[in-house]
Amino acid sequence: MRRAAVLGTGQTHHRTRRTDVSMAGLCREAIDRALADAGVDWPEIDAVVLGKAPDLFEGVMMPELFLADALGASGRPLLRVHTAGSVGGATANVATTLIRAGVHRRVLAVAFEKQSESNAMWALSIQPPFTAPIGAGAGGYFAPHIRSYIRRSHAPGHIGSLVAVKDRRNGALNPYAHLRQPGITLESVQASPMLWDPIRYDETCPSSDGACAVVIGDESAAEASERPVAWIRATAMRTEPTFFAGKDHVNPRAGAEAAQALWKAAGITDPLEEVDAAEIYVPFSWFEPMWLENLGFTEAGHGWKLTESGETRIGGKLPVNPSGGVLCSNPIGASGMLRFAEAAMQVMGRAGDHQVPGARVALGHAYGGGSQFFSMWVVAAEPR
Amino acid sequence: MDQTVAVVGFAQAPNRPSAGTTSGVETLVPVFRQALEAAGLDRREVGFWCSGSSDYLAGRAFSFVNAVDAIGAFPPICESHVEMDAAWAFYEAYVKILAGEAETALVYGFGKSSAGQLRRVLALQLDPYVTAPLWPDSVSIAALQARFALDAGLVTERAMAEVAARSRADAATNPYAQVSGAAEIDELLAEPYIADPLRRHDCAPVSDGAAALVLAAGDRARELRERPAWITGVAHRIDPQALGERDLTTVPSATAAAEAAGLPDDLDLIELHAPFTHQELLLRTALGLGERVRISPSGGALTGNPMFSAGLARIGAAAERVMSGEVRKAAGHATSGPALQQNLICVLEAES
Amino acid sequence: MYTALSAPLVIGFDYTRSLGPVLGRFMTGLRDRRVLGSRTADGRIHVPPLEYDPATHAPVTELVDVQPTGTVAGWTWTDRPLDGQPLDRPFGWALIRLDGADTALLHAVDAGSRDRMRTGMRVRIRWAAERTGNIRDIECFEPGVGQAPEQEIGGDPVTIMTAPIRLAYTHTTSDEESRYLRALAEGRLLGQRCPVCRKVYVPPRVCPADGVPTEEEVTVRDHGTVTTFCVVNVPFAGQRLEPPYVVAQILLDGADIPIPHLILGLPADQVRMGMRVAAVWRDRETWTYTPENIAHFRPLDEPDAPYESYEDHL
Repeated sequence: MRRAAVLGTGQTHHRTRRTDVSMAGLCREAIDRALADAGVDWPEIDAVVLGKAPDLFEGVMMPELFLADALGASGRPLLRVHTAGSVGGATANVATTLIRAGVHRRVLAVAFEKQSESNAMWALSIQPPFTAPIGAGAGGYFAPHIRSYIRRSHAPGHIGSLVAVKDRRNGALNPYAHLRQPGITLESVQASPMLWDPIRYDETCPSSDGACAVVIGDESAAEASERPVAWIRATAMRTEPTFFAGKDHVNPRAGAEAAQALWKAAGITDPLEEVDAAEIYVPFSWFEPMWLENLGFTEAGHGWKLTESGETRIGGKLPVNPSGGVLCSNPIGASGMLRFAEAAMQVMGRAGDHQVPGARVALGHAYGGGSQFFSMWVVAAEPR
Repeated sequence: MDQTVAVVGFAQAPNRPSAGTTSGVETLVPVFRQALEAAGLDRREVGFWCSGSSDYLAGRAFSFVNAVDAIGAFPPICESHVEMDAAWAFYEAYVKILAGEAETALVYGFGKSSAGQLRRVLALQLDPYVTAPLWPDSVSIAALQARFALDAGLVTERAMAEVAARSRADAATNPYAQVSGAAEIDELLAEPYIADPLRRHDCAPVSDGAAALVLAAGDRARELRERPAWITGVAHRIDPQALGERDLTTVPSATAAAEAAGLPDDLDLIELHAPFTHQELLLRTALGLGERVRISPSGGALTGNPMFSAGLARIGAAAERVMSGEVRKAAGHATSGPALQQNLICVLEAES
Repeated sequence: MYTALSAPLVIGFDYTRSLGPVLGRFMTGLRDRRVLGSRTADGRIHVPPLEYDPATHAPVTELVDVQPTGTVAGWTWTDRPLDGQPLDRPFGWALIRLDGADTALLHAVDAGSRDRMRTGMRVRIRWAAERTGNIRDIECFEPGVGQAPEQEIGGDPVTIMTAPIRLAYTHTTSDEESRYLRALAEGRLLGQRCPVCRKVYVPPRVCPADGVPTEEEVTVRDHGTVTTFCVVNVPFAGQRLEPPYVVAQILLDGADIPIPHLILGLPADQVRMGMRVAAVWRDRETWTYTPENIAHFRPLDEPDAPYESYEDHL
């Protein structure tokens, strides 16, 4: 298989309302930074792949059509990916496939969400006829599964708060993060209101406007780069239905199988030993231990122990979300690509104050829907 | 000839004014079964699934998520989705196989166009700041393009009616078509305008439907099928959207896609995705189609236009003619966006 | 044989579009009865304005005034206007090149009759009486040229525009779901068994694990076990109940997949995993084709189900 590498990444300053920019302006803020980071100019871009979560969030049907010109896609191939919350990751994976297929030399992948155009909770709470009005909101969908995790793993109740403290402090090191809370403490998190018991306010992600972009190139483009690149060692995507009899909502098989395929393709036999940093899609803090298990970093039921031991902090055995993660910035459609881009930034040595020292191999992870769509990649400082 | 990836199976649901559930699941189940049967493949053997659909057709966020139920996606599958006509899902699957990431793929498109007022829903594809707030409907947008073509002398209302009459006559042998039958040109031209200069016969009907197509890599394709339809070229391009920025009488993205796909001069037939009669005429010029090329023998989108699967169905219809041995070189075309903004060309050939 | 049930689904939201520097100035101009175009590096003037130069990809920064009069470059005619369109009587749509601009703007022309529309006709802006910084500050165009009304500066720059979107759909169910809904109207819970995996689904659907329609009908009891739950304490957009309330996953006796529903009749902090519950139906006279016939679930005076009995449903 042909090699592919991340040449550069870019992201916006993520905020609740980016009222200073239009949708095009938001995308271009990330794209222009990615092109500059990659040292690539517009004529060198062969194709554009755009990812975004539901069109109802912005009230535009297939917004890539009206954005084509501003995205630099006119006269080029343009694809629009939508795989729910995993879309940012899926978009980067599709761009990678375009390179690996030998179709293009350099592809621009971009993902965005401008949540402030509407209200995501409204869009997600539209109740079709003939259904019961049991709306619980986004947290209400996942909270029961967190309760199941706690019951199954016997995790102590403060694990979710520990993750929140770590991620918000990490976010304070990231100039692009939406929430930057250097002074947050275990006590302050546990004093925050219980929104969707067992999920507290400080254990949930914010609602953000934001965008992310990555430039992915082939081997010759990577070798021509004057700066370090992030070699894409492996990608994986898996899907299972939202609901079916016997579905494991705590440790979904689609996520586990995607991870197994990912590690195998990347030549990784012991992920905890071989991965230096992980950017994992954690919209509610309890998902850190859940995904550590699902990804095979620990055995089932033991993920919380890694979190509790402090090994997922920067400086620990497996720093998780050194950028602050989804808990600090959540422009839904872009959140997955941010995980992928942040993983690349780590192995390129360009993560600034939240750099994990000596990171050579990193994971980018995203999931969406009812824990049913998974996309992942492994990036590394060396091609193999 | 490139024998890397081929189409080995295709199926579609009948195009109907109103059929099926909003989710599309029940419509997809038999379409998957028929496409896999045509390809001689078990669903568990499919290496990659890729679909095209739109949330705005159903009026719900994440509407495509339900459709995964029709697959029977447990144990988990490798899968992706584009918010585009499934012709672009076809492109993603083709590239996936080309990259060696999958050996077989099933591509599908679905949508219940009749669930909302389609021509008004499609206004939301336009610029959300300066155009969509006026709610210009998709038929009026197409009519503006037709006006420019008429004013430039590139088409006539009679030539447009002839396209409609030929399409309906061809559709008479297509059991999936929604509109078919003999039509007199003069009678068509005596009908009133619905959006001057477009009459009813100039516009595709609103159709519910679905389609599925199976792809396979080289040797696997040969195992599965006696005459695979080899994909010898596929490419797509997009133009800027703003109607007042474009020369609406040309289709640069279609021309560029055809060139990149290597659309051959000795093409036997092409299935065009032209939801309006004048668009077929503009596309023929943009693609440089000669007189000998048979245009849309299925009847084309004018006789059935299920949103988000109609483009894929054009590729499928062209592939079926190759797989049946009827023609050697065929092409499928798909379009998306207002006034032919985005275009895809796929060239399919029989083994030489 | 019944036909499948269907019902209207209306979605509506007033979107708030932040405009950025170029569109913000354009919309501010409209509020003040000015039309601004953007000038790209090649010297062309674009109305509506472009935010980025198509050739250089650079942000466009220069905006210049153009005239409120222009020429129709192409047109069509609408006899029956749709909801939300600029005029509620027959009108023309036109691409209009304003004097001083190099590109054309799409808008409505109040020409009165189709016969007055033609390519090349001269038109002028008819300004809306109330202007907020929106493309609809142009009420429409009208035939003719003549004196333009004075510009009037109307306050702070416009940064956000509101775009109301209302769409009406018909939501159609499957035959299987329709049978389930009809049973609900009779106070029964109907499931169906997958012919492959033998699992019972409520409501019936295509089996998501096997991709085949469920067939064999199974009556499911309106008693069940809480597998897991959350306490909703937070208000949010689109919410239909007042918090706090408990939303639980309930595995009905005889079913193989839980349904989400409300648990009432005890304090929220006393709801437990494994708790046995029963449906509380609304008054029989109000029953119709909807799961809303069940108001909520209440606790049963039964011992909790053992964890092992439902752990495979978490």
